[in-house]
Amino acid sequence: MRTKSTSRAMPGALCLFQDAFDCALLAPDAAPDAEVTALIAQPAFAVYRNTGRNACIDALWANYPTVVRLVGEQWFRAAASAYVSESLPADPSLMRYGAGFAGFLAGFEPAADLPYLPHVARLDRFWTEAHIARNDCVLDPARIANLAPDTLAPVVLRLHASARWAWFPNMPVYSIWSRNRSSAPVDDDLDWKAEGALIVRPRATVEWTAIDAAACAFLEACARGRTIQEAANAALEVRHDADLVPLISSLLGAGAFSRLLHHSGYSARRP
Amino acid sequence: MTTVLTAGLGLKAQYYRAALACPADGLWFEVHPENYMVAGGPRLAWLEAIRAVHPISLHGVALSIAADAEPDAVHLARLRKLVRRIEPALVSEHLAWSTWRGSYHPDLLPFPRTREALIRIADNVSRTQETLQRRIAVENPSHYLRIESHALGEIDFLTELARRTGCGLLLDVNNAYLSACNLGYSAEAYIDAFPGEAIMEIHLAGHTPDPALGDKLLIDTHDVPVAPAVWELYTRLIARIGARPTLIERDGKLPDFAALYAEREHAATLMRAPLYHQAA
Repeated sequence: MRTKSTSRAMPGALCLFQDAFDCALLAPDAAPDAEVTALIAQPAFAVYRNTGRNACIDALWANYPTVVRLVGEQWFRAAASAYVSESLPADPSLMRYGAGFAGFLAGFEPAADLPYLPHVARLDRFWTEAHIARNDCVLDPARIANLAPDTLAPVVLRLHASARWAWFPNMPVYSIWSRNRSSAPVDDDLDWKAEGALIVRPRATVEWTAIDAAACAFLEACARGRTIQEAANAALEVRHDADLVPLISSLLGAGAFSRLLHHSGYSARRP
Repeated sequence: MTTVLTAGLGLKAQYYRAALACPADGLWFEVHPENYMVAGGPRLAWLEAIRAVHPISLHGVALSIAADAEPDAVHLARLRKLVRRIEPALVSEHLAWSTWRGSYHPDLLPFPRTREALIRIADNVSRTQETLQRRIAVENPSHYLRIESHALGEIDFLTELARRTGCGLLLDVNNAYLSACNLGYSAEAYIDAFPGEAIMEIHLAGHTPDPALGDKLLIDTHDVPVAPAVWELYTRLIARIGARPTLIERDGKLPDFAALYAEREHAATLMRAPLYHQAA
């Protein structure tokens, strides 16, 4: 049987204790009330200060392995510690922790010389999102191939629930990320050019592929529920010489789509 | 599949294949549900595959039942969904808090055991059990700090919590041992006084001395084998209460599966011993 809930206007002793303890964990110099001040004075209080912070840093370490590989352990732990001070987890599922880490790195002064780092963090985040996304079916490319050309134009391609993509107009973020995501050796001959990335989990594991600006525009249009015809136009707007058949074929091959919908005036929902 | 749980093991991703292939009778696996609160993907697929062969225990670390607040509704709903999906043999949580005013501290934080805290925690445990539609076990925490404002001893507090809510208890023998060492009381007396009939599960794990303070402060690290003193307390406990589902908890410096399984076999052997004594 449930005991009667306590309803009160004034905070009780447990609430005051937790406010004070919470404050003492976060601020080393805090002395919030007499009881918690007595706890801080005990050497064992450091156990609580260290355990929570280290668990947060370890979670970021697990969630951003490519950033770790690029900057090394010492640099990463310092950056992660600064992030933890700004932004504790709100969600106890720590695989989701660090949604703001890419944005944090963009404004992190020691990372100013590494302009690609926030974008690499963004792709690590995409990997996590794809990894834990709901299971979804993968559209069989034959479904498109079998359609007569005149029936193809009004069709809508529904994106796979795990599909994430981005276009990086100023730097080869996909190459930097994909070479460092695995433990493969990284060579130095990097062609400094714009790149796009598609990350998706069509089957059991997360996969990734390089895509161009036209393919990114095509995916964006599909995400907004546009027809194949409209998505093709969007692709041609960013690259007038885009070759649409191989473009769509490669996205289908990557598993970027789940279903084919015959347009009837409604918009496909974004996954 | 047998439904009689003997000795179990904490399940880490590195052990998935070995866990799936291990045929031992009564073997079960425990996971932190927070790591499986996902919409889909390989984690859930692995857990479901292992669940098809072995019973699973969901051991929560983040429900924050000792916070002066109701459990987070989103978190509790995710837990309910996972419980329905996995149909675990056991569900447990810690007598601790971790989420406060929207922020999550990934730790098990202490509180003064007062009547006020008892009322709040009993309410939180009852809400959890009603939501999950099942009995949960509440674990005795590790203690590092002397808190002067405790109004109730831990055993009295847990006994009263179990009486008010109908919850079970999870006795972590390693927590009991290192807390007794850290705060200066008898671990044997604690184990002997712990209410045996409420114990749904037992935990065994390793601890290490604090890097700065040494043996004056033992830390619940779960990164070494179970200590001899903890095995002795465990033997003493099951001689009194009989065999209960017993977990070897290991979270750091993970050994290969065979080494962990050997510890599990030791627990399984000890579990059989008191029954022989009773029969003799």
